[in-house]
Amino acid sequence: MGRILPILTVLAGLVAIWYLAVAPMNVRVALDTVERAGVVVTPEGSVERRDVSVWRLMAQNREHVAAGYTLDRPRLPTPAQVGAELWKTTGEMAAKGRAWSKRSLIYHSWITLRSTLWGFVLGTSIGIIGAIAIVYSRVADLSIMPWAIISQTIPIVALAPMIIVVSSQLGVENRGVPKAIISAYLCFFPVLVGMVKGLRSPEASQLDLLKTYDATGFQTFLKLRLPGSVPYLFTSLKVGIAAALVGTIVGELPTGAISGLGARILIGDQFGTPLAIWAALFAAAILAGILVTILDLTQRLTLGRMGMRA
Amino acid sequence: MSQQPKISAQGLNLTFQTNDGPVHALKDVDLDIQEGEFVSFIGPSGCGKTTFLRCIAGLETPTAGDLSVNGMTPDEARRSRAYGYVFQHAGLYPWRTIGGNIRLPLEIMGYSKADQEERVARTLEMVDLAGFEKKYPWQLSGGMQQRASIARALAFDADILLMDEPFGALDEIVRDHLNEQLLQLWARTKKTIGFVTHSIPEAVYLSTKIVVMSPRPGRITDIIDSPLPAERPLDLRDTPEFLEVAHRVRDGLRAGHSYD
Repeated sequence: MGRILPILTVLAGLVAIWYLAVAPMNVRVALDTVERAGVVVTPEGSVERRDVSVWRLMAQNREHVAAGYTLDRPRLPTPAQVGAELWKTTGEMAAKGRAWSKRSLIYHSWITLRSTLWGFVLGTSIGIIGAIAIVYSRVADLSIMPWAIISQTIPIVALAPMIIVVSSQLGVENRGVPKAIISAYLCFFPVLVGMVKGLRSPEASQLDLLKTYDATGFQTFLKLRLPGSVPYLFTSLKVGIAAALVGTIVGELPTGAISGLGARILIGDQFGTPLAIWAALFAAAILAGILVTILDLTQRLTLGRMGMRA
Repeated sequence: MSQQPKISAQGLNLTFQTNDGPVHALKDVDLDIQEGEFVSFIGPSGCGKTTFLRCIAGLETPTAGDLSVNGMTPDEARRSRAYGYVFQHAGLYPWRTIGGNIRLPLEIMGYSKADQEERVARTLEMVDLAGFEKKYPWQLSGGMQQRASIARALAFDADILLMDEPFGALDEIVRDHLNEQLLQLWARTKKTIGFVTHSIPEAVYLSTKIVVMSPRPGRITDIIDSPLPAERPLDLRDTPEFLEVAHRVRDGLRAGHSYD
């Protein structure tokens, strides 16, 4: 309870700000809607209202501000509307046995999750192997690290289309492959940096100790560097999985993909259905939360079993 | 003495190259340590006492002179696992239990599982930690952790024990207690011990030979063969003989200091 209370307080604050923001964000659409239904608003006509500030519109049409909270296509949907849309496209469809329908967010989340997990596995492997190379080889340290840093300065939205074009040129049929690669591209970096730090975390005296035992390089790795890096690894994995999810969604945006949360966001934008965008956004956030929580629990369990206070 | 010294240094020099120019960590060090001796190295920081210990352990390489350990070069001695080394900080692995930490050198050296168990139990007994095998380091006090690290150095059959200010970070009461235990351990195991310290009473109380060192360049200014008896209760430290040795050590340290 001591941990949950602060989180809930912040959440309540955010929801409150959100509700307050809905009124000014939606007042123009709300006035257009009620005017179309024959109600007189001041000033009349949407063109007339264009140059009037939202604050004045709200002051002059107090009785219609509430209409902004129940719009079909709001600029900013209320938390309740987003929740309802989310439920409609997940729980309700699952209850009807249509969880795998193209309109269900469960289906789209699964498509995104699959690429994310492949990207995560690929990115984590590259990160760990790269970190081992960097720690054990000075040449690798000098050659890999600068490129790893440069790779993260290139905007992923610029790179994503290229990866997709190249993979289709190479005859890769599976649309999940380029997405997983983009996802791995974002994911490997935190793992690489964290693991380099973790593998280098043993102190000089701990390394000297193994030297007095005449331990081999492999024994030093297995008995000291690797276990010493575990806390660093988990911290990086949590950052990495979130990056992998972002990578996948970005990979879904420019591909003309028709499935996946990124595609839902894009389609929602093109068809002017903000509710769909927000629902997809929240589905992504929930997915990220679940993935990070799973890693967090694994971390506690692992470190607990290793006798370290997490 | 007809017996070959256990550790022998002749004209040992070690110069570190730093950005501020060369640093003479050790200059013309000559010292013989016989088997079964308890030798303390005492001096202010920078006098090269730790560096000398690390040279014996093969962790540093002298730039000139001869150094032999068990009749071998320090590196050969290290490879033949001739010594156990105790660092200033216990340096126990937090992910291993106390038993697991003591087992570490045994695993690396390839002892059989049964032998490992037997040795862990025996060395834990030796340092008075029986029953703590399954505890993790953070569950133990600093003094207990250091005892576990001594047990780790005793677990395999090295007959030299090198200790680098092992009790430096502990409070005086714990230190007294561990000093007493260390003497008992030494009497029982007959190991040759090289012990770095900056405490005069500790050096005098423990040693059969006290090596006084001074800095810039790191060198030996006095070697004192202790006249104190083998049997040493803690209140030995109030006797005139003890104070006389302590006085000579203090004089040696002061002589080294007046240099700069």
